[in-house]
Amino acid sequence: MLHILRQIAKCGIKTEPAPPAGDEMVVAARLQESILRTLGRALTIRHVDAGSCNGCELEIHALANPYYNIEGLGIKFVASPRHADLLLVTGPVSKHMAIALQRTYDATPDPKLVVAVGDCGCTGGIFGESYASLGRVANVIPVDVEIPGCPPAPSALLAGILAAITAAAARP
Amino acid sequence: MDLSRLGFATAALASAIPARRCPVNAMGLLASCRVAWEQGARLVALWGSDDRDRDRGYTLHVVVRDADGLVMFEHTLPNAESMYPDLSIVFPAANRMQRATFDLVGIASEAEDQRPWVWQASWPIDCYPLRRDFEALPKWQPGQEDYAFVRVEGDGVHEIPVGPVHAGIIEPGHFRFQVVGEKVLRLEERLGFVHKGIEKRFEAMAAATGHRLAGRVSGDSTVAYALAYSQALEAMTETPPPDRALWLRALALERERIANHLGDLGYLGNDGGFAFGLSQFSRLKEGVLRTNLALFGHRLAMDYVMPGGVALDFPHEVRSAVLDECDLLEREVSVLRDIYDEHDGLQDRFRLCGIVAPELAAKLGLTGLAGRASGQAHDLRVDFPAAPYDTLGLRTMSSQAGDVAARVALRFDELGESLRLVREIVARLPEGEVRTELPEPDSYRKGLGCVEGWRGAVLVALECGPGGTIRRCHPHDPSWTNWPVLEHAVIGNIVPDFPLINKSFNLSYSGQDL
Repeated sequence: MLHILRQIAKCGIKTEPAPPAGDEMVVAARLQESILRTLGRALTIRHVDAGSCNGCELEIHALANPYYNIEGLGIKFVASPRHADLLLVTGPVSKHMAIALQRTYDATPDPKLVVAVGDCGCTGGIFGESYASLGRVANVIPVDVEIPGCPPAPSALLAGILAAITAAAARP
Repeated sequence: MDLSRLGFATAALASAIPARRCPVNAMGLLASCRVAWEQGARLVALWGSDDRDRDRGYTLHVVVRDADGLVMFEHTLPNAESMYPDLSIVFPAANRMQRATFDLVGIASEAEDQRPWVWQASWPIDCYPLRRDFEALPKWQPGQEDYAFVRVEGDGVHEIPVGPVHAGIIEPGHFRFQVVGEKVLRLEERLGFVHKGIEKRFEAMAAATGHRLAGRVSGDSTVAYALAYSQALEAMTETPPPDRALWLRALALERERIANHLGDLGYLGNDGGFAFGLSQFSRLKEGVLRTNLALFGHRLAMDYVMPGGVALDFPHEVRSAVLDECDLLEREVSVLRDIYDEHDGLQDRFRLCGIVAPELAAKLGLTGLAGRASGQAHDLRVDFPAAPYDTLGLRTMSSQAGDVAARVALRFDELGESLRLVREIVARLPEGEVRTELPEPDSYRKGLGCVEGWRGAVLVALECGPGGTIRRCHPHDPSWTNWPVLEHAVIGNIVPDFPLINKSFNLSYSGQDL
């Protein structure tokens, strides 16, 4: 136990300040201000891998490390779409995941925000559209924010997620 | 491997490690596999290709590996009606590869198990995507298939279906548990959900750019795949990259191993109920990724390895930072290892959990890191050392225990060895160019690349067409052989231990779904 406490004390706090919201990533701002007031900056996210190469997943994992400390911003990953405000979707949508993605979307309560992650999520990426791939996430479910990158760095992910919950408030 | 008593001749095959090709007939295919098995060979990969445009019907490729290197058996099927012998009776891991080969190319084995593996009703069952005359129609909608899971019946037996969308931040796949109380009687995996047509996509690409797609077969092994692809193309064009590039590639490969092992050690602690481990190891991993950005221009080193060499030269200004980082990691990991070892709660979860005994591992062909934790002491970097590994004095580390604790301990051991390699590579980096131009590859020539990634051996088989195009490319992940072994590893364990056992293997979905 002493070992553990000593290691914790030695490490100190590594968390860095969060980046500003990446408003340029917003493709559809549809959050009402009233909902935003209720949500504040507390947000629950359900991640869906709809066909990714798992590169984006590595960077989403990194959001939870002490440097980005996403939970410290009031943002939490949850195990069910029914508990989620926002879906974080990676990959070109493989045909085999299309139905599962649609069902996950249907099971998500309002405000049902959708953030498409990575070049594949935004455009279909290197895999494109084919017999097995439906391409970008917006081809299957409505998308609010797109975060490009292969994979996007954690700071870009954070900026995109923050954009999804703050951009609407700035609009008249 | 001695195939002389079967009367089959072998010929040299372009490859980074010793490899031969061996054309065989149907009876010879099964007999050769048996002889290979008896001589200690293991199945690496099996795939098909459509060669009707060259009046050669279909070709089945089977790659096995033994102490002498790789052997690729090539069996020609004159038409789709002719079948080839079921090789899963020799190599159990062939089962899913044979089924996937049928789904994609339409050539069948004589096996009893003819259930689809990749196909999930999103295209007609009698259309085969990897045939050259295949054309996708826009009217084909995503479908759903009623997969014939094996049923278990009896008093108190019930089923737990999980997935494809899982509760954590992981890739999709379906697991069907049959349990009594909390105890797992049987697990059956259903994968293929992230099948996105990678092999077909390769055929629309120029050989010189294929490494970018190869590097996205499984993002956590992007260096290993891009390297295996580049090796295949360089072997075919007989153009070795400059020495400096070989050393820089090894640097990227070892740093990929370090980053993944750090990540896994954190998550293994977390899945054992020890969140401290996750925050500590994920902190260290983040440091490695940030240094990668300075070293390779990318946190995961994507697109760093390319045919002919590497994309960027070593930036001298970060040299001392890289060496300091090795010291820091060595110190920190040693403290954390002591903490893990002394933590009774954690060890209670790790030990005797998810055991794969060495005999079973050998029979099923368990490979890579998980294989070494179950007595399968093979490592391409040691068995067939190419520069720079031939001068770095690497040892194969292994264990006979085969439980989660062994897979954790092996990650610690390999992490230490990789840190030593990084230090050696940086200290002894040869001068010179980092890239050379490759000539256009000859049409219809085949080549193999094979790399010991952090998870195990990654194989890329490449065949080029006229004008520097890719005619066929089959990237093969070690997860193909290890997924079926996971089904055995969980038998008799309790359901809540599954995430821990699964994480201790940490297999790729994308890498096997393609």
